Amino acid sequence: MRGATHAKWAACAAAAALAATACGGGGSDSGGDGGAVLSSSWGDPQNPLEPANTNEVQGGKVLDMIFRSLKKYNPETGAAEDMLAEKIETTDSQNFTITVKDGWTFSNGEKVTSKSFVTAWNFAASLKNNQKNAYFFEYIDGYTAAHPASGSQTTDVLSGLKVINDRTFTVKLKQKFSTFPDTLGYPAYAPLPQAFFTDHANWVKKPIGNGPYTIDSYTKGSQMVLKKWDGYPGDDKAENGGVTLKVYTDNNTAYTDLLAGNLDLVDDVPAAQLKNVKNDLGDRYLNTPAGIIQTLAFPFYDKKWNAPGSDKVRTGLSRAIDRKQITETIFQNTRTPATDWTSPVLGEEGGFKEGLCGDACDYDPAAAKKLIQEGGGLPGGQVKITYNADTGSHKQWVDAVCNSINNALDNDKACVGNPVGTFADFRTQIGDRKMTGPFRAGWQMDYPLIQNFLQPLYYTNASSNDGKWSNKDFDSLVDKANAETDTAKAVETFQQAEEVVRDNMAAIPLWYQNGSAGYSERLSNVKLNPFSVPVYNEIKVS
Amino acid sequence: MGRYVIRRLLQMIPVFIGATLLIFLMVNVMGDPIAGLCGDRECDPATAAQLKKEFGLDKPVWQQYLTYMGNVFTGDFGTAFNGQPVTELMATAFPVTIRLTIVAILFEIVIGITLGVVTGLRRGRPVDTGVLLLTLVVISVPTFVTGLLLQLLLGVEWGWIKPSVSSEATFGELIVPGLVLASVSLAYVTRLTRTSIAENKRSDYVRTAVAKGLPRRRVVTRHLLRNSLIPVVTFIGTDIGALMGGAIVTERIFNIHGVGFQLYQGILRQNTQTVVGFVTVLVLVFLVANLLVDLLYAVLDPRIRYA
Amino acid sequence: MPEPTPEHHLPGAGRTPEEGAIADTGMGGAMDLATAEGETLEKTPGGPQGTGPSEKARSLWSDAWRDLRRNPVFIISGLVILFLVFISLWPGSITWLSPLKCDLAKAQEGSQPGHPFGFDGQGCDVYTRVVYGARTSVTVGVLATLGVALLGSVLGGLAGFFGGAGDSILSRITDIFFAIPVVLGGLVLLSVVTSNTVWPVIGFMVLLGWPQISRIARGSVITVKQNDFVQAARALGASHSRLLLRHIAPNAVAPVIVVATIALGTFISLEATLSYLGVGLKPPTVSWGIDISAASPYIRNAPHALLWPSGALALTVLAFIMLGDAVRDALDPKLR
Repeated sequence: MRGATHAKWAACAAAAALAATACGGGGSDSGGDGGAVLSSSWGDPQNPLEPANTNEVQGGKVLDMIFRSLKKYNPETGAAEDMLAEKIETTDSQNFTITVKDGWTFSNGEKVTSKSFVTAWNFAASLKNNQKNAYFFEYIDGYTAAHPASGSQTTDVLSGLKVINDRTFTVKLKQKFSTFPDTLGYPAYAPLPQAFFTDHANWVKKPIGNGPYTIDSYTKGSQMVLKKWDGYPGDDKAENGGVTLKVYTDNNTAYTDLLAGNLDLVDDVPAAQLKNVKNDLGDRYLNTPAGIIQTLAFPFYDKKWNAPGSDKVRTGLSRAIDRKQITETIFQNTRTPATDWTSPVLGEEGGFKEGLCGDACDYDPAAAKKLIQEGGGLPGGQVKITYNADTGSHKQWVDAVCNSINNALDNDKACVGNPVGTFADFRTQIGDRKMTGPFRAGWQMDYPLIQNFLQPLYYTNASSNDGKWSNKDFDSLVDKANAETDTAKAVETFQQAEEVVRDNMAAIPLWYQNGSAGYSERLSNVKLNPFSVPVYNEIKVS
Repeated sequence: MGRYVIRRLLQMIPVFIGATLLIFLMVNVMGDPIAGLCGDRECDPATAAQLKKEFGLDKPVWQQYLTYMGNVFTGDFGTAFNGQPVTELMATAFPVTIRLTIVAILFEIVIGITLGVVTGLRRGRPVDTGVLLLTLVVISVPTFVTGLLLQLLLGVEWGWIKPSVSSEATFGELIVPGLVLASVSLAYVTRLTRTSIAENKRSDYVRTAVAKGLPRRRVVTRHLLRNSLIPVVTFIGTDIGALMGGAIVTERIFNIHGVGFQLYQGILRQNTQTVVGFVTVLVLVFLVANLLVDLLYAVLDPRIRYA
Repeated sequence: MPEPTPEHHLPGAGRTPEEGAIADTGMGGAMDLATAEGETLEKTPGGPQGTGPSEKARSLWSDAWRDLRRNPVFIISGLVILFLVFISLWPGSITWLSPLKCDLAKAQEGSQPGHPFGFDGQGCDVYTRVVYGARTSVTVGVLATLGVALLGSVLGGLAGFFGGAGDSILSRITDIFFAIPVVLGGLVLLSVVTSNTVWPVIGFMVLLGWPQISRIARGSVITVKQNDFVQAARALGASHSRLLLRHIAPNAVAPVIVVATIALGTFISLEATLSYLGVGLKPPTVSWGIDISAASPYIRNAPHALLWPSGALALTVLAFIMLGDAVRDALDPKLR
């Protein structure tokens, strides 16, 4: 999904939950059963807060608190666990029968039934509703009729979804996809109440869901007050009275507010302050692995980068980057040098394999020089690393990567950064295939599956395959893995596909990104989930 | 004078049209806003096309412009990408920024002109040198740094202020941000006043006033200062826009959700409706500000008359 | 429309014209650019006296030059500017490293032997980068200032002098220009430029910067043209161009100079803002602005990386302001 930097939100699903609340702002505790309210930094969501329309982490944070889906990702292990699903059964990895647990309601009292899911999914997939996450439903049978790539839709429901009774519905996929149930923790799959359809405008102003929190008030662009929902039927109830999300336009201000005692929780510590964080906060600082990997992608549509031997150049560049030095100095260890193309949060069983990259990711200036020479030298004598300058601290690491390459190759001008003014322009240029050299690519997982780190990025013509890399061996291994019903075997096959990525150096893995957060003395039991979102419902406020 | 004002107000119409058209074209030149909406993933073509249609981006630019202007005259400034009407954004952003600008301008007037008069009267003395050095610091250290240091010192170390401004953004909260915002302009105002004062100090009418035995205070305020203010007033007039639309850095540091922030975000997200709407209002603010400055000329220098 | 109604105050004649000279000399000293403006210079001193034979002007100028040569402020600021020009042309003469050779292992370290100013966040040598940054920064600052001052004062001056429809149109155009946010202008106008030279950046600054000077020049001219000596010259049948160049311009130019000297510093910083937005100068260009903006977030940990390039910028602005003051004093007949 989107890159880590522009925030996608991915994650949400999982996490967080419950919780508490509080508002922190002026420190006024609003009592209530659940206890005190905490305040937390937030960013203005880019899209309306519809579940299937939210594709960045700030909106995702909220959905995470006010929605529960069929599955929930364990905040610590990332494993998909049943939430509203009583059971999800299949015999062929293509037809699934889903039973919804009894006793769940939305916070307005409406029952959560199988229909709540099916209508929500139909809405999400239907082209006319402009839902940006519609592609999550593309594996469901009938998707192309409801969401044709061109022309007009012939139906607004997915033929693969059938309501059997109040608590049961069936899903037919267009192909085998054994890990499909594990994707259902993603918020786009959340159930929706009738109010969403009958009174959409008001719903968007103040969304109603079925999660541990309800929205008390929402002032766009400035703050959202969430209260603990006392009637929440799940077992991950909020352990605080509520959460006040305050919009900050600069994470540095949020951090300063935390130091001054005006804010309880900052879930994005500015890079420039990482060096001070121990001093400022002591042990009230978290640095937890998250499902985010940063890479450098290449324009394979450009002959210079898709010539015989250019894999050697790419591998050479990879070996010219001193990942350890950069993650230590620029990122103060909030990134970990990457040694494969997935993320440590998957765990070994989930497909993470430390060292899969092998030598190709080890810093070795001599080998780098040799490889680049053998591969015919740098195309055009210089590489330009393109990145967008408007978000994140990309300039710092791109400059550091370039300095590392320049030092390794003994050439002051072998590598330079090439900033692009806006993210939209950056994406436009990528879409128009205008890249001439390596460019920034980042991936924040949608759900903790190895499939999600490989297929969307490297499968031929996949939606985030920005470099347009295409390899038959890779594609067929992915197809094979998806059809595999045995999870362990599927993971193994995906890893074989990952080795194909390595041998061609389809993208240079740089580092795994951690989530970082700091919090006030009032809070305890603060955790970040694998999507780098705080687990709000478990936070205790004193 | 009345006719002059009416004529100036009528001139707003072509300026309004010209400015909106110019900004409209500029934002359009920047490329495809939809590309940025789907994160690091390519929007699927069907959804992208649908979104374009919804925002009217599939039409030719001139038609988009006409539709937009038609809506503007019915009070509809369009909708931002997050579904919020632009008028709503304006209603929250402008009051905050106007307060911030007022604070900044008060600082420019009070501190800037005072320092200017003092240094102008005492050229070459230690006061003058001291203020010059301060000026240099303000020019060469980015606002970002001065703002950040003030925030850390006053907000965290000494606890005098809250580091960030609440969503109410009262005048009291805006004092420090206003000072930071005004800092560079302060340098201009001080030096402009200083030069003007130094220059007029030895002019004949001042000598006459002194010779008449008028109190020094009266000579300085009524004769010297009044005649030295025209360049200063002009500068402050031109500065209003820089303060209102360009407070991006200050607004970020102190977490003020004002015009600068909305504009910046609108530009980065290439949200035509937001950008054109805000800039249009800013153009109107300029027109009024400059009209006021021109009228002030006549107040400060009675020889200037407007027919 | 402004209508002159002569009243009391006599103009403080003879003060401002020389200020015009100041800036010119300043720039000239620095960049050998004393050409076009140099000529107006020579004319200016004549204006205030209302008589202005050019012989007299020249003698005023040569008097001033004699004074200046003995003025320590002028000598010091002139030497600083000469030094800046020198290192802009030959940065290698006082450095021994490459500004692009950076070792991340030394990031943010302080001063040490061979590296008097320490290292910045990327582990580059701050001293070397400050010296190499001078060329870009001084060029951008001085040329953008010159361009803005020339364009702005000519347009603003004409508008203020003639008034009428031309003035209205020009003023409304400046209203529009004021309202264009720098960020938008930069992203639109500069993102299409691929050249990595200082020229597009300077051009952009002139384009967005002239309205301010234009307004100030206009206001100034409107005041000055009410003065008795202008009325007198007009009554004597002086032509428009003579009125403007000999009588009004010299008296109206002071505020323009003040704003321009300070703007010099802000242009150098603006270049950094543009780079920060990704549309200004791109690496491997080295400039003070880029280094200042890169070092700013790390003020708590590595203040030295901010201090030195900022100090260089401050010194440059100081030199130009002092030079201006010195030249103006030297040319002021009332001080004689």
